[in-house]
Amino acid sequence: MPLLQLSDLAVEFATARGRFRAVDGVDVSVDAGEILCIVGESGSGKSVAMLAAMGLIAWPGKVTAKELRFDGRDLLVLSPRQRRAVVGKDMAMVFQEPMSSLNPCYTVGWQIAEALRTHRAVPKPRVRDRVVELLEQVGIPAPAGRLGSFPHQLSGGMNQRVMIAMAISCNPRLLIADEPTTALDVTIQKQILELLIALQKSRGMGLVLITHDMGVVAETAHRVQVMYAGQIVEEQTTDALFAAPRHPYTEALLDALPERAAGRRRLPTIPGMVPGIDDRPRGCLFAPRCKYADALCQTEPPALAGPVGRRVRCHHPVAAGGASA
Amino acid sequence: MLQFLFRRVLLVIPTFIGVTFLAFIMIHLVPGDPIEVMAGEHGIDPVQLAALRHHYGLDLPLWLQFVHYEINVVTGGLGRSIVTHRTVWHEFVALFPATLELTFCAMLVSLCVGIPLGVIAAVKRGSAFDYGLMGLSVTGASMPIFWWGLMMILVFSVALGWTPVSGRISDMFYVKPWSGFMLIDSWFSDDKGAFLSAVSHLILPAIVLGTYPLAIVARMTRSAMLEVLGEDYIRTARAKGLASVRVVIVHALRNALIPVVTVVGLSVGSLLGGAILTETVFSWPGVGHWLVEAIQRRDYPVLQGGTLLIASLVIVVNLCVDMTYGMLNPRIRR
Repeated sequence: MPLLQLSDLAVEFATARGRFRAVDGVDVSVDAGEILCIVGESGSGKSVAMLAAMGLIAWPGKVTAKELRFDGRDLLVLSPRQRRAVVGKDMAMVFQEPMSSLNPCYTVGWQIAEALRTHRAVPKPRVRDRVVELLEQVGIPAPAGRLGSFPHQLSGGMNQRVMIAMAISCNPRLLIADEPTTALDVTIQKQILELLIALQKSRGMGLVLITHDMGVVAETAHRVQVMYAGQIVEEQTTDALFAAPRHPYTEALLDALPERAAGRRRLPTIPGMVPGIDDRPRGCLFAPRCKYADALCQTEPPALAGPVGRRVRCHHPVAAGGASA
Repeated sequence: MLQFLFRRVLLVIPTFIGVTFLAFIMIHLVPGDPIEVMAGEHGIDPVQLAALRHHYGLDLPLWLQFVHYEINVVTGGLGRSIVTHRTVWHEFVALFPATLELTFCAMLVSLCVGIPLGVIAAVKRGSAFDYGLMGLSVTGASMPIFWWGLMMILVFSVALGWTPVSGRISDMFYVKPWSGFMLIDSWFSDDKGAFLSAVSHLILPAIVLGTYPLAIVARMTRSAMLEVLGEDYIRTARAKGLASVRVVIVHALRNALIPVVTVVGLSVGSLLGGAILTETVFSWPGVGHWLVEAIQRRDYPVLQGGTLLIASLVIVVNLCVDMTYGMLNPRIRR
């Protein structure tokens, strides 16, 4: 049984120009001990989908799903209070901007302790010791001295470690990390990523890593889901994806990696933009930017098809050799 | 912190000179002088008038009068009232607790009502409550105090008879002035009805004076809350599984209060200005009432001294606000 099971998840936002579907029919499943990467460019709905799983989509966003299960429990039928008992305890999330994701008015020690106290994860007199222990686990030097620091007194990398400490404080079974390294500089990125992987391994957590960095995917993920314009366009194991991408979008993303473009004078790019609320194509959402698109792609939206775990949303999936079938 | 305080106190000096200068000029721009007002319609013998003017130094050129006044202030004397011959300082100290009590209660009304209303409006943004409250707050902020005070008296004192029309306490009670604050003194007096009487006298003027800051505080709290509720750390707090009430009060309000405190501090000045009107409407025996009478009598030393004392009060309050700001906002503490 998967740890997290989402099927046909949709998130809609009411805008001045009608309803906008930020996430459209997304299926996600994560097993315990597994690292799933969700890849996509900005605005592809990858963060929104995971926020929906956490129950963090605020009004006016509207979440619907056929199935939303965590550890076998149906999250859709839980009361807000029961849902909050799961969120932050069994499933936790780390965000993109560590500097703004911590409350500037409270010390980091207080903010981590708050998570512990909320879910009564440890007896009261042990809270302080546990916070120090957590800060140590995420690699903060001299943790006892950091308890009274405010977020603005720490660096971005340190703050992200604090965020991770907060997220793992109640021993979650699933950790969702939403572009945890995007706002950090390169050396710190690597450290934070290694920390996440180490924690995932030692605790046997499920880890969902949301990223737009193919390098991060290659280094960490067991499985990959590629999202485009609110839909999942391809899912594969990491090795298979890098060896033989099946969706033209994935192929184009990989082609745009500098490592893969060695010898060429210009880095290949994907022309055009992700469709917005006004210019959503009738057929395949990627068709306007796809070099293989034909008349069928313009009119008929493709379904996510193929064997589970290797599905692709394309009328003409790329064959192993590289050319579209 | 000490250095910060020291610099702030140094800045106070030019402010003081400016304030006394303005007060001095404005009062002397008003036609008539204290001697003429005392003489009244009957007139006064020109020789006597000249003698009295000379006695009070009113025959000197204006700039010299100003210099004399500044020297007196610096050497510690605010002078004596031309009318009562008591020192300005003594009169001020005797009346000030009444004003302070009124201002404090007005502030209390505005904060205790304004902040919760602003928070609810922000959390329920776009609702009928939100629109209704924001409409009311425009009305509240733009109502002239003297009109609003008279309307409240008409409704609650005259028509409904719930509260007394004027004064600090009913004549039936004698309360020994100990702290000067009627609420405190009457609480400790032997007469148990005295405290209730004091409260019933205070409530209407406090609401009238508190209306303007209430409207401003509610608006400010709402807009600050709206901004804060969209911050990333609010999402983090929700992701911890905290109850919404805790997210709003502990995580959002604490941050939203930072701009509110600034506005509240700045409104203390306008509150003291409003106190002058409120005290006049309600015959509240405070500093405002005293100053209005001094204007009518052209009692120059009282007006100048009173203005100076109120200005110093506003300056001190602003200093306190700056320090509270530092307490609320750890980012500017060092």
